[in-house]
Amino acid sequence: MLTLDLANQLKAKFGDLISGPAEFRGEVTIKLADAEQIAEVCGFAKNNLGFNYLVDISSLDNYGEDPRWTMVYELRNLTTNAELRIKTDVSEEKSELPSVLGVWATSNWHEREVYDMMGIRFRGHPDLRRILMWEGYPYFPLRKDFPLAGKPSELPGVAFTKVSPMEGGPFVTVASGEDAIHREPRVRNPEE
Amino acid sequence: MAIVQDIEIRDSAARAAQAADELQDAVGEKMVLNMGPSHPATHGVLRIVLELDGEIITKADPDVGYLHRGDEKIAENMQFNQFVPYTDRLDYLAPLANNVAYALAVEKLMGWELPPRGKAIRVVACEVARISSHLLGLGAFAMDVGATTVFLYTFTEREKLYNLIELLTGARFTTSYTRIGGQIRDLPDGFIPALNKFLDEFVPQLDELDRLLTRNRIWVDRTKGLGVISKEDAISFALTGPNIRGSGIDYDVRKARPYLDYDKYDFDVPIGTVGDAYDRYLVRNEEMRQSVKILRQVIQKLPDGPIDVQDPKNMPPHKPEVLMKMEELIHHFIIHTEGIDAPVGEVYFGAENPKGELGFYINSKGGGVPYRLKIRAPSFVNLSILPKILPGHMMSDVVAILGSLDFVMGECDR
Repeated sequence: MLTLDLANQLKAKFGDLISGPAEFRGEVTIKLADAEQIAEVCGFAKNNLGFNYLVDISSLDNYGEDPRWTMVYELRNLTTNAELRIKTDVSEEKSELPSVLGVWATSNWHEREVYDMMGIRFRGHPDLRRILMWEGYPYFPLRKDFPLAGKPSELPGVAFTKVSPMEGGPFVTVASGEDAIHREPRVRNPEE
Repeated sequence: MAIVQDIEIRDSAARAAQAADELQDAVGEKMVLNMGPSHPATHGVLRIVLELDGEIITKADPDVGYLHRGDEKIAENMQFNQFVPYTDRLDYLAPLANNVAYALAVEKLMGWELPPRGKAIRVVACEVARISSHLLGLGAFAMDVGATTVFLYTFTEREKLYNLIELLTGARFTTSYTRIGGQIRDLPDGFIPALNKFLDEFVPQLDELDRLLTRNRIWVDRTKGLGVISKEDAISFALTGPNIRGSGIDYDVRKARPYLDYDKYDFDVPIGTVGDAYDRYLVRNEEMRQSVKILRQVIQKLPDGPIDVQDPKNMPPHKPEVLMKMEELIHHFIIHTEGIDAPVGEVYFGAENPKGELGFYINSKGGGVPYRLKIRAPSFVNLSILPKILPGHMMSDVVAILGSLDFVMGECDR
């Protein structure tokens, strides 16, 4: 298979740094041992192997394991349609790896998103700000130790601070022996 | 009774000296202008901070995230099937296509393939969604530029499509049509004739749209040469969908890595030459015609047979049997409380949605809940090129460029 050959070429070039390739459902994944080399590996994959297109960057939180973070890069060759996934681990103490912005311009917003959601920093990124959450938000919401219900934060950005006017639900009737009009909470004032 | 009003006539010649002074002050000073998040041309809640030198944009900084709902976090906390309604709310102009893309991604993880009829129904869903999304995209684009009439034409057609979607799924907007391994129901009686009728009526309307815009002098002047994206930039910024094809790159996921038997349908992939707003308009326009072509082929050779994956262990049993038989009842409860039994592994699946490639990266540690689900949203990626293409344009061109990129913030912000 073509992609396997390409993965093996990458392995030949970088040697022991690269383990794999693993195949699952027709997709080839290689693992890079040292996250510091990610920009070089990606640059080689782009310039020498034709992976001119970066589909996506995602991040994994292996909570409770060491190293805690895994970065996932989805590479593609637009001409031959070969696809390759590169994964690399980043430890929690470090939480930093080089940016691949010099290789593909699209990684700009992807890396900002990873930083925003997981708190992994990218060295060499010129504009590493939060992108989906607001500037100054104190948490990284996609970490596994962040609760689904969220955490209160004192920072601005919370637009609704009062009790909403329809709290209690306009479409919920209150069970009682009253007639239909009085069971309908819409007619009642929530303060009562 | 007549009202007398004094009108001050500005004598520009008399004020020339003063005007020159004012101009002197303005030169060399840049103004920062905030656009959005509530602006009719930002199609939702996109905010752009523009730095202007007179009327020329020198810097643009898009600010996204106003519609962030944490869909990826939510997905990690529920079973695969429970996430289907959330996909409606990604690209809410084409919910059917999102449903299909998500279901296909999880099915890839499961290693399932749908029977032919199930695939054909999904193609119908995808192409109907594509026409619906492009109609809105073009209508809103034209309206942003000033041609309000087009919007009325396209919305009339969209209304008919919504009736079709309602017939198919029971809902007009939030369809939630697919399940992992199938869809909630087969094509209802009368759907194919209704679709045929729509297609017959739609093509003349598309010609009308062509006549309204394609050679319209104002439209052409307003969109040609605007927001040019070079081939290199389109690849480097990983644009997808009509935006990359507008730049002349022949890349369509339906052709490049066919899913749902798209390789068995005969259709063309339109591409642009220059990569400007006008090219992107032409590409979308032609894609609707190609969707009609695909839909006609599906109708012609619609296969019979089952619509769901035949995997009794992992698919919910048929409802009549659940009500009558003990084993089926137990199975029903197990499957709806524990979810499908996904293998350990990771997959990425991207589908050609109306806005571009909608991808799902799913990392599974087994069981019915994904460990991580990353959504690769085409609008998010497409918008990341704005700081590159906006500078150098006039302030009033921003709305036209935004319209030509055709994005949806529900998907961008997730």
